[in-house]
Amino acid sequence: MSKEKEQSLKQEETDVQNMDNMDIVKKMSRKASRRNYITYGIVIAFYAIVQILKATGHLSAHFNGLLVPLTYYAIVAVALNLVVGILGDLSLGHAGFMCIGAFSASLFSVVMKQTDMPSGLRFFIALLIGTVVAAIFGFLIGIPVLRLNGDYLAIVTLAFGEIIKNILAAIYLGYDETGLHISFKSFTLQGEGKMLINGAMGIQGSPTDSSFTIGIVLLLLALIIVQNLVNSRTGRAVMAIRDNRIAAQSIGINVTGYKMLAFTVSAAIAGTAGVLFSHNMSTLTATSGYFGYNVSIMILVYVVLGGIGNIRGSVIAAAILYVLPEMLRGLNNYRMLIYSIVLIVIMLVNWAPKALEVREKIKAAITGKLKKEAD
Amino acid sequence: MKKRLIGLAMAGVMMAASLAGCGENTASTETGSTSAESAEGAVWKIGGIGPTTGGAAIYGSDVRDAITIAVDEINAEGGINGYQISYKFEDDEHNAEKSVNAYNTLKDWGMQMLVGCVTSDPTIAVGEKTNEDNMFMLTPSGTAVACVQYPNAFRVCFSDPNQGAASADYLANDAELSGSAIAIIYDSSTQYSAGIHDSFVAEANAKGLNIVSDSAFTTDSATDFTVQIQAAKDAGADLIFLPIYYLEASLILTQANNMGYAPTFFGCDGMDGILTLENFDTSLAEGLLLLTPFSANDTDDLTVNFVTKFQEMTGHVPNQFGADAYDAVYAIKQIAEAENLTPDMSISDICEGMKTGITTITFSPALTSGTGITWTADGEPDKEPRAVVIVNGEYVMTE
Repeated sequence: MSKEKEQSLKQEETDVQNMDNMDIVKKMSRKASRRNYITYGIVIAFYAIVQILKATGHLSAHFNGLLVPLTYYAIVAVALNLVVGILGDLSLGHAGFMCIGAFSASLFSVVMKQTDMPSGLRFFIALLIGTVVAAIFGFLIGIPVLRLNGDYLAIVTLAFGEIIKNILAAIYLGYDETGLHISFKSFTLQGEGKMLINGAMGIQGSPTDSSFTIGIVLLLLALIIVQNLVNSRTGRAVMAIRDNRIAAQSIGINVTGYKMLAFTVSAAIAGTAGVLFSHNMSTLTATSGYFGYNVSIMILVYVVLGGIGNIRGSVIAAAILYVLPEMLRGLNNYRMLIYSIVLIVIMLVNWAPKALEVREKIKAAITGKLKKEAD
Repeated sequence: MKKRLIGLAMAGVMMAASLAGCGENTASTETGSTSAESAEGAVWKIGGIGPTTGGAAIYGSDVRDAITIAVDEINAEGGINGYQISYKFEDDEHNAEKSVNAYNTLKDWGMQMLVGCVTSDPTIAVGEKTNEDNMFMLTPSGTAVACVQYPNAFRVCFSDPNQGAASADYLANDAELSGSAIAIIYDSSTQYSAGIHDSFVAEANAKGLNIVSDSAFTTDSATDFTVQIQAAKDAGADLIFLPIYYLEASLILTQANNMGYAPTFFGCDGMDGILTLENFDTSLAEGLLLLTPFSANDTDDLTVNFVTKFQEMTGHVPNQFGADAYDAVYAIKQIAEAENLTPDMSISDICEGMKTGITTITFSPALTSGTGITWTADGEPDKEPRAVVIVNGEYVMTE
């Protein structure tokens, strides 16, 4: 935790002594809700701008194609921030939860594609399935994992993410005249039938139901859920655990329960992002490029760059960092190098103490000038 | 705190915006390096997509360079149907999501036909998009079955099941090899390897081949193969089938040699390139059999011309990915000229013309087939699989 944060916490502590408790809570929640509305406003404004550009034909096919991925990475960044920023535990397995959500939902959609279920309803149910299944796995994985803290937890979640990915890459699931088959070895189907999950080849032919509008609605939903959770009694308990586990325990907060809750909600939201992911393309394979630990770390980068514990920052950072390498396409082979350099520069500019000092000075100079002019 | 947040957001947005600006500017100049704008204005715009960064970069780079050679040659001889070709290649990092982004970038640029993608997974994802736009797509090396599931998509290479079945047939028909005890080591995490493996096993069982060991690895654990080799050795295998890429295969050959185990190795087209691998003792590959449509040591004029130009440009011998891509560009030329297509037609009209044209012509001369290539409407090429054996560090055609 930064010194500043500690200081502000101390400040708050002294404030607590001076003020009536109820007043503080009210004031804080009012301030928080104003902050939340700004976040919703940014998302809605972005959506509106994109829609206007689209309607007037100013949106390139390239940028149009980036919109859906942008929303699901923003959603999963919000989910991870709940664990990393609010709960204070490092998880490196969120790509695994995305993977579970993606596969369970795609499986449903591929099976139901043959029936005449309307695509809207099918996608809605697929979203529910992906979210619920990811939540169940988050809960199950949370039972052993949340007994650990800090680095240990990070490594165990990393391992779980990899296990999920590797198992899904090895499963063969299909049905034929003799019934449903599931195996870790490939098999041939008897007569009429269909392979649903074909080992490394994954799930083929899931309908492309994801759209930017649905993505934005889900992002708003994720933001509403997480931000309201953070500003609730539960959220304060979770943050108390983050700040001092022993103190929280001593005043009777159920540490395991609250940790589990935050972790499960986070996994569920990551699962939703996975559903959007799998329904954005017709092919879904559990390979490192999509669900490996590299992806988990990339999501962590979004969270860290946006500011740990800062939900709005995660959304903005995810959007910028996803679009950035795509916008650098013109630089050909140098773009990966330049992307990395830009990443370092952004990190330094945003979080290095010296850079912050310089920025404060510039800001002071500008505001000072404005004041003078006003006088 | 709040001010700092806003500052952060502003800084990020500004940086992104300024960089985005640079990106677009350079993009418009980059195309000049490989294109020759025709004086009349109308040019063919052919796009390519493949991995030029990341783990599969060698395949994408070879395809990119081979297409460049073919395009430059065709432009020097007057272009396709009298119109010059403008060509642009985009990186997809062997990632379906990035590949769709690359496709959209090329669409903004004005692409009319796509030579790509290079790897299977991205090809399937992009195939979905080209089908929506009805854009003609000819993949040099997308081997998975679903790559050409739509009527607008065709491929130059063999599909995975074709290769697996052809390998099994080759072994069953070979007098010396048909009785051998076969072990398989394959990569269960790639479509390419798993696809060949599955069809090989099915065909081998049908032909009564004797498979004694079947072990898998994944891309994440592709550095140590002693367990799989030991399993093959314990099962008494005297032939190991390796439907994998040459990087892993070179490790298997080295590790088997260290274990004092010398069976016959048999590979598919992914094995092509093993002799050019740096720091690999090529004497270990002696006697290695591989099924490949292209051999860089062929002495016909077409191969010699392509290999020389490729070496001048890149400094290394092309693999079959490059050869497939070179063929793809010339096939497009032959079809477009046969159907009398011009670049001022709409993308959809070009696609319809190409679709009828490709099933009626016999493409020759081809780098990857001695007898020419014909296509069926389902997108599959029809050409003879050929096996080569490595003798004295060179590929030699069998029989």
